[in-house]
Amino acid sequence: MSENLIRLENVHKDYGGKQVLKSINLSVRDKEFVTLLGPSGCGKTTTLRIIGGFETPTSGVVYFDDQKYNDVPPHKRQVNTVFQRYALFPHLDVFENVAFGLRIRKTPESEVRDSVSKMLRLVNLSGYEKRSVTSLSGGEQQRIAIARALVNRPRVLLLDEPLGALDLKLRKEMQTELKHIQTQLGITFIYVTHDQEEALTMSDTVVVMNRGRIQQIGTPIGIYNEPINAFVADFIGESNIVDGVMNEDLVCTFAGRTFECTDSGFEKDELVDVVIRPEDLKMVPPEDGMLQGVVESIVFKGVHYEMTVRCGDMTWLVHSTLPEVCGTFVGLKVAPFDIHIMRKSEAEDEEN
Amino acid sequence: MKKKRNPLAGIYSALIFLFLYAPIVVLIVFSFNSSKSRGHWGGFSLRWYETLFENSKLMDALQTTLSVALTSSAIAVIIGTAAALGMYFSRKRTRTLLMNVTSLPMLNADIVTGISLLLLFTFIGLKLGYTSLLLAHITFNIPYIILSVMPKLNQLDKNTFEAALDLGATPLQAFFKVMLPEISPGIITGFILAFTMSIDDFVISFFTTGADVSTLSVEIYSMSRRGIKPEINALSTLMFLAVLILLIIVNVRSGRDAQKREQERI
Repeated sequence: MSENLIRLENVHKDYGGKQVLKSINLSVRDKEFVTLLGPSGCGKTTTLRIIGGFETPTSGVVYFDDQKYNDVPPHKRQVNTVFQRYALFPHLDVFENVAFGLRIRKTPESEVRDSVSKMLRLVNLSGYEKRSVTSLSGGEQQRIAIARALVNRPRVLLLDEPLGALDLKLRKEMQTELKHIQTQLGITFIYVTHDQEEALTMSDTVVVMNRGRIQQIGTPIGIYNEPINAFVADFIGESNIVDGVMNEDLVCTFAGRTFECTDSGFEKDELVDVVIRPEDLKMVPPEDGMLQGVVESIVFKGVHYEMTVRCGDMTWLVHSTLPEVCGTFVGLKVAPFDIHIMRKSEAEDEEN
Repeated sequence: MKKKRNPLAGIYSALIFLFLYAPIVVLIVFSFNSSKSRGHWGGFSLRWYETLFENSKLMDALQTTLSVALTSSAIAVIIGTAAALGMYFSRKRTRTLLMNVTSLPMLNADIVTGISLLLLFTFIGLKLGYTSLLLAHITFNIPYIILSVMPKLNQLDKNTFEAALDLGATPLQAFFKVMLPEISPGIITGFILAFTMSIDDFVISFFTTGADVSTLSVEIYSMSRRGIKPEINALSTLMFLAVLILLIIVNVRSGRDAQKREQERI
């Protein structure tokens, strides 16, 4: 008995000759909050639908509790789903929507009433029992969809971009609430989103996907600080990505200058991607800078200012809480451990 | 200031209504005429309604009409709903193609449908009679069911069926507990529409029925060739009223539906 609740082993999926998933290997531990993150069309929803049983993999194996799960139909899986547009049943009221799964299982009436009211309390919608689901707001429908899934006590809850249709404020509230529900009930959550901030906020583990492949699996902090390739760096947060050369261990060249860095294990003079987060570039007086340039634009972003600095034929994105006037000549400084060196993305090579 | 209406507009509408409904009004009035003449008014009477109900041939035809209408609509409901579900779950290109194939028979001239069915029945050696009549009516009723059920399906969230499966329902349970209740208003509207179309039909019935079975419209036609008897006026009046009531029901239902959707949008 392994500690992995769900395991995908070398899963492929083709749609009419088009490969949408390529050798997906993924393990999900019990009670883990896993987020599948990626741009639209990257295969994250397909992966979720394979776990839910709505799609069968073209090849590869899905394990649930070490049992092969490929041919188990959706209604026999200990998994429930919160769909993107909620998919509530309009002909049933709130109570009957939530009670649906229990009624199918022929649960005694008193137990149905208890469980449903407990669930409605959990999602803060007590007193809504007799309301029609079509009269509810998007956020309320969302909560009903969650209650309807959770009332069945699934081992795993699948969520397909559940907050996509909500406005920003409500989305933030629901993020906190979802995380709260997950820790309180101790259920495994597999969450699909294209919103990197959402992924970083809620997850224990983030799985970054692109073009049907898993790019990187890691903790939010790990993914953010140590992106494995330029795609991940670019997708998670904002990044400056430039071409560079790894001269030897701990020394690299980019932007016409040699820098000290903390990476090693590359071949001598290997061509690499150099990634620097905008908040890791410090603005200093020109004489103190490793690079010098002119401030080209400045945009107020709330917490910080976003500026672009032109150094020769390169433009650097800089985040700083202190504004600088356009046209000012400045220096840029970066610490060795903030320079991230990445091998040129393998996925891109393969695509060409 | 109240907007002044052009008197010509009123007259124009009145003329149109007169043009549309004068024949039916004359028919209804004359069905209560005590005289047998079609030319002059001999006083109010229900005598033609009495003779109508004593006319066993017409009563047989009425029975056939109702039985064919009910049975064909019921069977068309089953086939049409299954077809609509199949189309709903198929790919978009297939669905568009099937939708066009479905509406074609409705646009096709009745006489063409009638003759081709007659040819088909003769070709396969089916004796013309109640069965052929029923089959013909099922054929032309199916598109009306599909066209009433399809919009209901399209209103549903695309994951509705999967959501039911996800919550533990078998595919059969998911159909009966979720899909069917959601689309049943469309099914009922389709049924009434098909029933009306079936009662209304003359041309296709005329070609596909045998000598010993007649629907009302076919019977009236053959009677009228020997001169229009006043009880036909009475019968036509009743048929007009029946169809009118059914159409009102259909319109009220779809109107209520549109209103409900309007409210949901607000």
